[in-house]
Amino acid sequence: MSTRPEKPAEESGEKPTAVTTTKGAGASAEREPILEVRDLVKHFPLTQGILVKRQIGAVKAVDGISFDLYPGETLGIVGESGCGKSTVAKLLMHLERPTSGTIKYKGEDITHLSGRALREVRRNIQMVFQDPYTSLNPRMTVGDIIGEPFDIHPDVAPKGDRRRKVQELLDVVGLNPEYINRYPHQFSGGQRQRIGIARGLALRPEIIVADEPVSALDVSVQAQVVNLMEKLQDEFGLSYMFIAHDLSIVRHISDRVGVMYLGKMAEIGTDEQIYEHPTHPYTQALLSAVPVPDPEARDGRERIVLEGDVPSPANPPSGCRFRTRCWKATDKCAEEVPLLAVPETFAGQDTPAAHPSACHFAEEKAAVVAA
Amino acid sequence: MSQQPQSPQPFQPPAIGGPGGAMELAETEGQGLEHPEGGPDGGGPRERGRSLWSDAWHDLRRNPVFVIAGLLIVFLVLISLWPGLITSADPLSCDLGRSLQESSSGHWFGFNAQGCDVYTRVVHGARTSVTVGVCATLGVAVLGGLLGGLAGFLGGVWDAVLSRVTDIFFGIPIVLGGLVFLSMTGSRSVWTVVAFIVLLGWPQIARIARGAVMTAKQNDYVLAARALGASNTRMLVRHILPNAVAPVIVTATIALGTYIALEATLSFLGVGLQPPTVSWGADISAASEGMQFRNAPHILVYPAIALSLTVLAFIMLGDAVRDALDPKLR
Repeated sequence: MSTRPEKPAEESGEKPTAVTTTKGAGASAEREPILEVRDLVKHFPLTQGILVKRQIGAVKAVDGISFDLYPGETLGIVGESGCGKSTVAKLLMHLERPTSGTIKYKGEDITHLSGRALREVRRNIQMVFQDPYTSLNPRMTVGDIIGEPFDIHPDVAPKGDRRRKVQELLDVVGLNPEYINRYPHQFSGGQRQRIGIARGLALRPEIIVADEPVSALDVSVQAQVVNLMEKLQDEFGLSYMFIAHDLSIVRHISDRVGVMYLGKMAEIGTDEQIYEHPTHPYTQALLSAVPVPDPEARDGRERIVLEGDVPSPANPPSGCRFRTRCWKATDKCAEEVPLLAVPETFAGQDTPAAHPSACHFAEEKAAVVAA
Repeated sequence: MSQQPQSPQPFQPPAIGGPGGAMELAETEGQGLEHPEGGPDGGGPRERGRSLWSDAWHDLRRNPVFVIAGLLIVFLVLISLWPGLITSADPLSCDLGRSLQESSSGHWFGFNAQGCDVYTRVVHGARTSVTVGVCATLGVAVLGGLLGGLAGFLGGVWDAVLSRVTDIFFGIPIVLGGLVFLSMTGSRSVWTVVAFIVLLGWPQIARIARGAVMTAKQNDYVLAARALGASNTRMLVRHILPNAVAPVIVTATIALGTYIALEATLSFLGVGLQPPTVSWGADISAASEGMQFRNAPHILVYPAIALSLTVLAFIMLGDAVRDALDPKLR
């Protein structure tokens, strides 16, 4: 199970993943990225044995991801369960140590920071969690939860000032500042998520990594939380990394979107490029699955139904990760790992299809896009 | 803990300073969605600010099992602190001339083989049982909680080593262990017995504590604290321990009853407390010597009833606490 014959070829093919800044991304090309992620890899070792642990393989949760995040923008990451979205978030938050690759914050390598330096960086990168029912400590009051960042970073707010700061934060996220002494179980899911957002904002970070922040909420509440996040972005100039599996929410909030499949980035571009002009077969399949409310618009739209299941990330296919389920797959796909780069067909052209796509046979497929 | 809001007040739509786009969402939530004050149970006491502990206390006070067990335990603690409250006799002043006399006015429980007043001995025996039960439970909870909690929190090699040590101690049959260890000691006091129970009792709590810490450790709020830069100590003290302590308390409360029974068992087997310490177990043991209780059942029955009631009270208390602290039963 551990070694497979094609592994060396796979590894050598993976190294030179292309940089993803694109001409198509327009304005972002001139600005300095606030966060640069290059070739980020996280393998979770699979071990056997009780006392003497032997590594028998690895779950390749994230396998060479590169992207940039610009100040004030929202980068959406979509992909199905188990594709490594949440692992990327944890790596950015230093909640997991990457196997290899680099994370740069404002040009400074923060991948292997620890201790005091790491704490300083944490002030600028904060996280909003998926499940508002487990992300708030049930034994702490709202005031203690939102005030905890100030306890850990005492220099941000003087002690006498904290209660007022916490009440301000409650106000900012649309909760009554009088709720400061209540416990999380007295709030609804949407209100709890607001508390989580207030905790993330407490240190005035520049980047917020939101790992499926609305997936656990009712649809009506989802919109409220997303609107709140947009409002806060304008107010505080935040950069968001917004992870979700809901394509329409991601389109609503994101400036740019990255599509992940099995630990790799399949396609990345502006929301128009991804949603209107996808060139990667996986993105096309995902979009074709989005339900269309208008029955008339459904006519003439092709529904791509993928066969089989997502392969195990412990034993991913050689070459292109998607080839086992792709209708275009050829021998080339099994041998060569497609790089995330603007496809040759579109290179140099000024079309929305000219954005990085990790496919040997990238092309537009008009019929899948719901107009 | 912290003080609760002074009075329930009408929900005010949160004031948002930002531009128009967000106003509408603030209003929708203000009117439509459930918020603490507008909960389904209206103005009842439930809506007030409560922690899990105050919720549990609220439930416990209404639980007859808890009330009965609690009253019994309060009574036991009182007489073990001040046995003079209900008896003025000395349990050690005995008159062989009254050996095995049946109950009479002034001596309701009769006299034992040594001619001591059984009622006085039963009352004074409570102190031994409560001391052994409470101290052994505290010791077990501290030692087991510490080792189990460390194993769960540190994981990896620490967990592997501590868990195997736990298994080794868990494998020693406690009564057999008592016969071996305690028979080697020369004179045994209450503290010898307590130390022995702690030595062999901690693995039970350690396993519970390890599991509880491992469960609490996986919660997102621990990750959130780490993402904020919290130290290990802070995560353990503020986030993990408060959320892992409930199952330990419950198991310890139930175990308290069994430790009292264990002390009696050890004394009965002759490896527990020795005279002049007054102990129910030792009295039961003495009563069974030479089958004396066939002719004078009262010397066996009264200490046995006291022992059973005490053990029952503590186990009932533990059961009630478990029900009150289990959020799944709410």
